[in-house]
Order: sequence, then structure tokens, then C-alpha cells
Amino acid sequence: MKRSKNRFVNYIIVLVFFAVFQILLSTGTLSSLLKGQLIPIVSYMIMAVSLNLVVGISGELSLGHAGFMSVGAFTGVIVEAALLSKMDPSALNGNMGMQMMILAVAIVIGAAVAAVAGFLIGIPVLRLNGDYLAIVTLAFGEIIKNLLYCLYVYIDDRGLHFSLDPNSLNGTTVLNGPMGALGIKKISTFAAGCVLLLIVLFIIQNLINSKSGRAIMAIRDNRIAAEASGLHVTKYKLMAFVTSAAMAGAAGALYALNYSTIVPKKFDFNTSILVLVFVVLGGIGNMTGSLIAAALLTVLPEMLREFSTYRMLIYAIVLITVMLLTNNAKFKAFLNGPFHKEKKEGKE
Amino acid sequence: MSDIKVVEKPGPFTEEEKKLVNVPSDTFVTERDKDKPLVLETRHLGIDFGGLTAVDEFNIGIGATEITGLIGPNGAGKTTVFNLLTKVYEPTRGTILLNGVDTHGMNPASVNKAGIARTFQNIRLFDKLTVEENVKIGLHNRTDYGMFTGIFRLPKYWKEEKKSHEIALELLDIFGMADQADVRADSLPYGAQRRLEIVRALATDPKILLLDEPAAGMNPSETEELMKNIAKIRDTFGIAVMLIEHDMKLVMGICEVIAVLNFGKIIAKGTPTEIRNNPQVIEAYLGSKKDE
Repeated sequence: MKRSKNRFVNYIIVLVFFAVFQILLSTGTLSSLLKGQLIPIVSYMIMAVSLNLVVGISGELSLGHAGFMSVGAFTGVIVEAALLSKMDPSALNGNMGMQMMILAVAIVIGAAVAAVAGFLIGIPVLRLNGDYLAIVTLAFGEIIKNLLYCLYVYIDDRGLHFSLDPNSLNGTTVLNGPMGALGIKKISTFAAGCVLLLIVLFIIQNLINSKSGRAIMAIRDNRIAAEASGLHVTKYKLMAFVTSAAMAGAAGALYALNYSTIVPKKFDFNTSILVLVFVVLGGIGNMTGSLIAAALLTVLPEMLREFSTYRMLIYAIVLITVMLLTNNAKFKAFLNGPFHKEKKEGKE
Repeated sequence: MSDIKVVEKPGPFTEEEKKLVNVPSDTFVTERDKDKPLVLETRHLGIDFGGLTAVDEFNIGIGATEITGLIGPNGAGKTTVFNLLTKVYEPTRGTILLNGVDTHGMNPASVNKAGIARTFQNIRLFDKLTVEENVKIGLHNRTDYGMFTGIFRLPKYWKEEKKSHEIALELLDIFGMADQADVRADSLPYGAQRRLEIVRALATDPKILLLDEPAAGMNPSETEELMKNIAKIRDTFGIAVMLIEHDMKLVMGICEVIAVLNFGKIIAKGTPTEIRNNPQVIEAYLGSKKDE
């Protein structure tokens, strides 16, 4: 009951978040610092919600979520470059519809490629019991980063080329190994990001509240009983993991197409842990918490810039304080106080 | 129980029955089930853990609507037998026939689909799901829609969810738990958790229900209630029930056939009266005079 109610709360939170910042944007009261943070915030919200599907709902630990983001990001960049090379460069200027179309295609293909990566990892690992997914995803994140370090992609008259040799670069460079992607056309918009976030929430929340989601949570709660009840354990773990990977890929594409350059190092282990921190801090299995934690913790380091050297120190203190407070029964009761009473009265 | 006569399966055999010639000759079925195929049959079933033989030469045949008891001292291998039947362990030796189908190579999920459902000695519920959702997991393979129908809430989703909601409440109602449908499973009292586990197992539409110590931790009046419920399950669903239990009042009161296991081997099989008077059984439970 509680889960289905929360569902609509999350849509409303996103819509209010969008409305507030869209108004601030149009009136020009938003600082340029925060303006630049809007799309990353939305991307990290998607990342947090999608990782929560694996960590909170499926009960597995993934330490390489940034790896899927990376796959989505660079796939998105390549797709954009390939599409743009087919058209007149001036056709894009001011043509919002065309821009959104390219963004949508880039996001969808980015998500699809990330899903394939998730599927390939999931097949062997999710058959096992235990912490193997954490180990393998940790390695996957590093492998993807190192693969991208030696991947060179360029477009010439004969089309798109992939190469491992930097000397083969010819025509327009799309991906330049460790230098990352250069000359990306910035087509991501805040509105498009919010629409994507709503779609992701729709997919994940409806999945959780369906037969498949029930099965995923049952396997998390008791694998042996789930098997004895006729559930195909690997299938449902894979379903959660691949869906999550696809969403991370979509977030990656949105994120990358917001910058003119992007390097593989951006999506390293630290980013994976950062997203995990969003999930843990927001509450494992709690989508609303993930959304809020992702937004606040993305902005926080920027807000703390005035403390310069003490920035990360204060960041850490904030994290610890929030963790202590959210685990404190009295504080929780204080927060939930009025609502809890209402609920109890309603039931009786 | 006096109206049910336990007899040895009589001949002559039809052509179909001849295939089952390897059936251990000491199989019993109740009179009313004698014309129906056995729901479960094991032949020479055994498992070794390293050098330890946990279960050996386990032969049993269970009639279509029979209530069978599996008793024995602690460590006799009773739960191991259940784990073999539900494929938690792969048997080292022997075959398990479920409705005449060999379950070799099946995993726990597919053997459940084939018709075995079970409960566990230490309760295994889906703690964070509600009572109704627990039952719906049992109904999972009867709920016919896929991932995409679920995500996009197509008409079939609403239809199937409504259907499984109704069946779940119906099943819960048998045990008087329909009013607790929205309660989280881990907040139920102990007895109710045991009942919920049985409801969840029943929801998978089994041909045979395995109950592992269903009365453990229950008080006498709850046990009384449970006995009625087990009989009710058999009568309403027309399925076989096999149970492991230490409560002799329950076992002797409800089981039509009892098998006694000691050191992994069946030492006696028969009606409650036969078992009660069997010297080997008495020895297994109380020890022999020589040991004194």
C-alpha cells in the first residue's frame, strides 16, 4: 500500500522540481553555477533511482554503475556525431525539434548498449549466490574506463570508424582515447532531462509494482523460498540488473550531451561510489530518498565552494550527520510524527 | 480414520502400470486412491554428503489424496528427504517420480511447477512483502503477463492482477487470514506465519504438499486447529500431504500412512496402529534393552 502511494509522490516531486527551476531559469535569477548543475543533477537522480533498483529492490550490490553510465555516455556521443555528420551543420541551429530527436535517439541507443553490457555481465554472475556481482561490476567499471582509454573513433567520407590505433585518426575525431570525446554538440536540455527522469521513474516504479517486481523482491527476501515457490531466480535478478543498466546508460547519454568534452575518467570508481552514497543516504529501496539525496549531494560540493580547503571535510560531516539522524528513531518519529498518527487513526 | 483401510496395491496391472514394475513392493495406498496413479514415488533414493550417507534406500509411494507422516528421531534425515524431493539437493542415487514423471535434472523452481510445494522447518517468508503479496508469489506462475505488460499497465495487467488478488484472498480466507492481507509478513505472530507459509505453498497449485514440522512451536489448541486445516486442505483441493512432525498426537491423529526414518533408512511403514506397536520403532525412539 505504502509503495503505491509513494509512486505518485515521486512524480509530483519531479514535476515541482522542474517547475521551480524552470521558472528560476526563465526569470534569470539562477546563478550560472547552479545553471550548469541542472542537467548533471537530473542525470544523477536517474543514476540513483536506477541503482536503487539493484541495491534496494533486488538486494544485490553493484559497484560499477558508473561503468554503465560511461557506456551510455560515449555511445550517445558517437550516435550524435554520426547523425550530425549526415546533415547540414547549420540545420540544427534553433531547430529544437531536430535537436530533441537526435537526443532521444542517442539516449535510446545509449540505454540499449548499456543494457547489452549489463546482460553480458549479468548472465554468468547472477547465477551465483553472494557478493560476486559487487566484485565483477567493480572490475567492469575499470575495464570500461581502460577500454575507452585506447578507443579511437572518427568519421570520414566512408563513415564511422573504430580503431585502437591513435595514428589512424582521420577526418572528424569523435573519440580520442584518454582525451575523451571532443567537440560534442550540447543538445541536452533541462526539460528533456526531467522528461527522461519521469520515464525512468515510470518504468522502474511500474516494474516494482507488477508481478515481476514482486518476484524480484521475494528473491531478495528469501531466495530459497522463492525458488521453492517456482520463481526463476536468475531471470528476475537479470531483469532488475539489465533494466538498471539501461537506465544508467540513458542517464549517461543525457549527461555527456550536456558538455562539449567528456573524458572516460569522469566515470570512474569514485562516481560509482558517489551514486551508491546517494542510494544509501536516501534510504535503500526508497526512491523518493534517492531523488532528494542525489539532488542535494550533487549541489552540496558546489555550495560549499566558499569553504575552499575545508569543503570535503564539511561534505563528510554532512554525510555522517544525515546518516546518524536518519537512523535515529526519535528523529524519525519527529519527522513522521503528524503523518504517523493520522495513518494509525485512519486504520482503526 | 477407521473407514479408511490401508491395503497393498492389488493386481492385475494394466499395460500402463506395468511400466512401473520397479515400484518397491512395500508401497501402501489407501483404498480410495488405489485406482489413481501415485502422486509421488521414490525408488532407492539416497544422498551422500562426502563420506556420510544421510539418506539411503528411501522407497515410498504416496497415493493421490493421502496424508503421510514422516517421523523419526532427530538427525534421522527427514528434512533431507524433503530437500531431495524438492531438489534443494540433487540425489546421489535413485529416482523420484512425480505423477510418473522423473524429476531428474529439474531445479527447485521447475519441480515446484511440476507439482510439489513445501513449507520450511524454520519459517521462510518474504518478510518485507505483505501477506497478500506473499500469496501472490505463490500464484506467480498462474499470473499470465510479462514484464512489458506490467510496466505499461496494459489491460491484461489489470485483469490478471484482479484475478490473483481474488484467488489470494480466497486462499487466505481458508485459514481465516483474509483480514490481515495488507500486514507485512514479518509483523505476523508466529502461528500466523506458519499458516501463511502453507497458504503460499498451496497457491502454487501443487499435487502434493510437503509440510516440515507445521506444528513446531504451536500450543495444543493451535495444533488442534492445524489438524483440522490439514484435513480441510486435503478435502478441498484433493491433494496429497506429506508431513514431518514430532507431535505424536498430530501424526497419529491425522496421518493415514506413517513412515519411520532412522539413520537415513526407513525402518517401518504402515498405519498409525501398526507403527505404534512396531518393536523397531519403539527401539529407535526409546532405545533397546541391550543398551541399558
